[in-house]
Amino acid sequence: MKHVTEFRDPALARNLLGEIARLADQIGATRDKPTRIMEICGGHTHAIFRFGLDKLVHEGIEFIHGPGCPVCVLPMARVDECIEIAERPGVIFTTFGDAMRVPGTRGSLIQAKARGCDIRMVYSPLDALEIARRNPDREVVFFGLGFETTTPSTAFAIQAAAREGLGNFSVFCNHITVPEPLRALLNDPHMQLDGFVGPGHVSMVIGTHPYDFIAEEFGKPIAVAGFEPLDLLHSVAMVLRQIAEGRAEVENQYARVVPEHGNPASLAAIADVYERRPSFEWRGLGEIDASGLRIRPAYAAFDAEEKFGVGYATERRHVPEPEGCACGAVMTGRIKPTACPQYGLGCTPETPLGALMVSSEGACAAYWQYGGARLAAQ
Amino acid sequence: MALRDTHVTMAHGGGGRAMRDLIAEVFTDVFQPPGHEDQARLMVDALQKPGARLAFTTDSFVVSPLEFRGGDIGKLAVCGTVNDLAVGGARPLWLSAAFIIEEGCEIAMLRRIVATMDAEARAAGVTIVTGDTKVVERGAADGVFITTSGVGVIAPGVDLGAAHLRAGDAIIVNGPLGDHGATIMAARGDFALQSTLASDCAALHGVMSAAMQAAPDIRAARDCTRGGLASALNELASDAKLGMVLDEAVLPLRDEVRGLCEILGLDPLYLANEGRLVCFTPPEQAEAVVTALQTLPEGQGACVIGHVTDAHPGQVRMQTLFGGARIVDMLIGDQLPRIC
Amino acid sequence: MCLGIPGQITAITDADRLTGMADVSGVRREVSLAPVADGPLDDLIGQWALIHVGFAMAIIDEKEAARTLDALRDLGEAQEALDAMAEGQKALEGSQ
Repeated sequence: MKHVTEFRDPALARNLLGEIARLADQIGATRDKPTRIMEICGGHTHAIFRFGLDKLVHEGIEFIHGPGCPVCVLPMARVDECIEIAERPGVIFTTFGDAMRVPGTRGSLIQAKARGCDIRMVYSPLDALEIARRNPDREVVFFGLGFETTTPSTAFAIQAAAREGLGNFSVFCNHITVPEPLRALLNDPHMQLDGFVGPGHVSMVIGTHPYDFIAEEFGKPIAVAGFEPLDLLHSVAMVLRQIAEGRAEVENQYARVVPEHGNPASLAAIADVYERRPSFEWRGLGEIDASGLRIRPAYAAFDAEEKFGVGYATERRHVPEPEGCACGAVMTGRIKPTACPQYGLGCTPETPLGALMVSSEGACAAYWQYGGARLAAQ
Repeated sequence: MALRDTHVTMAHGGGGRAMRDLIAEVFTDVFQPPGHEDQARLMVDALQKPGARLAFTTDSFVVSPLEFRGGDIGKLAVCGTVNDLAVGGARPLWLSAAFIIEEGCEIAMLRRIVATMDAEARAAGVTIVTGDTKVVERGAADGVFITTSGVGVIAPGVDLGAAHLRAGDAIIVNGPLGDHGATIMAARGDFALQSTLASDCAALHGVMSAAMQAAPDIRAARDCTRGGLASALNELASDAKLGMVLDEAVLPLRDEVRGLCEILGLDPLYLANEGRLVCFTPPEQAEAVVTALQTLPEGQGACVIGHVTDAHPGQVRMQTLFGGARIVDMLIGDQLPRIC
Repeated sequence: MCLGIPGQITAITDADRLTGMADVSGVRREVSLAPVADGPLDDLIGQWALIHVGFAMAIIDEKEAARTLDALRDLGEAQEALDAMAEGQKALEGSQ
């Protein structure tokens, strides 16, 4: 696989591991006093465990798994609202597979489907559009979910629906943004992080400048990274070198995909279709100012919240986090997943209690699935 | 030819002439089961030998679409049950076949499915000796569901099973993994993916007998169907109270399967196979098995993919490309495609 | 988050809707080219793009890809040089 296989070359990985070890020693990172690097993106978390990278790097490097998993941070109330829409007569509710198992207070979409709702998994919002074209007598709702990587795809879909006058198509918008929760994390006095691995695919849309504040205001190094193992190791080495040289900058390890200023067509589509919400609720982190997007009034006809009168279009009820859930502490790097009192007891992938156990990208689920704790115990 | 309909109606399940015509023309004329009684009456010469045992298994088959590149539901139904017998060391002899048919099912397609079943059964040396049909209303089934049961004979002295696994045993598969699951995923059309992938669906009695001849001390074998290689290995590891170690670098995977898995965020180790088995032999007999399997069409891609260990009982681990390690756990539910 | 995979654009399927065919290891899927259609569509044929949820989100810059790999290889050489220096240092210390 071109552009994939080259970045999984074990020989080059050995070079990088050597470089990481050298830099870690140079800055005095040890097992007891580790240098803590947050990979913001859940895709990175998944790759770290899939390739066993956490076990290969110098013992003084600790990965802290960030909040960049849109499914994990989806509040229970939003899942309830999905089900509320899906239960309306005549609705075909379409979603990425990721969201099917996320629990709300009345169960998950997979359970709602079993109860008789017409819920269909799609690979692309374009497929939801096609379902709408083929079913003019049905209301087709797409569950718009994800960070800036995915936001353009639903913006383009809404623009296409508007062009075609596809009145039976709408989007339940849950798009969220990366920089705002990072600022919230950095403002947290408990936060103990030494640097960041930046989300490569978000950055191919928004560019590298939205992270400037991390370096300039908070003095932390960040390297925007690709998703292959060499990309991840390379970005860790870049962050360590910044620390070793006393620098704090935004570096771009993933220049083959990430342009400095992002993707103009995607940014234009986002700006045309979406505007910021005053605040949006994140599971495990609470309400964060300006961290979510909603559909502009000009496209209100395609806004499922308006069309069905749910969610932020109504008086929303707040669903509290489950008792004993320590996701917030894990996400800010204060504790490891295994240190949560509910990990593996009240909270497992079968019956997730907290956000991070929900999706395979969540730190706790990845830990569980790939045996982080069980491997470490031996 | 009394059967004039092009599609199955509720009349074909009503017990009258329409049903008898359907059964005769579509099913029994092809399968030609011995005798006309309500039950097959079978001679079991092979069982006369002291120590010989009867093996008996059953399996239900549902798949959408019913026909796909590399097979159809009929081929799955014969091969699946033949394989369940074969991996236990049995010689498959007889099958039953029961059909739940949805009202509206195309009769020409039923004929095609029955024809593949007949061809596969003959090739595997098994006879379809008894069967049943039921018709249900539209929406109560998805085209056709098939249940096959199989009977075979295990020769004296043959005893395969998880209890015989030993640390150090080689883990062998007979070819590339995940072809069937990937083919069905692409054929289903939900994700609008196109490929030239074909299902690996195949009867494995030949592969099994070659493996048993090449490795006198073969320990156990399983077919890697639903849940893929990962699920089969986890079951065995847990039954045997031993660990397994896979070597990611040598896992046989086709480029297209890799591509589909990357697009949909799936792990090929959990994709279904319908013509793949995993077997375990003492390390010194592994090469002979691989060489023997590679001479067969269903075993061309045979290779050793790992070994059994006593280091982490009940756990399957994978040595990643970089020498890292990860656990390959049981799946919780279905593997769902993901975008993040 | 945000699974993306390199695929090669092999054809334009609908110029009005800005769609094309992308090939990922022999698996093909029609994708939207809207994010990368800033020039003549036909120029995209043969190029590699990062595919996400049915969209070609970015054209992969072959020069930058090569540059990143070169940097990683150079790192190996630098590492070997460092190792050799360390060996030499050890040998010197040993001979004293």
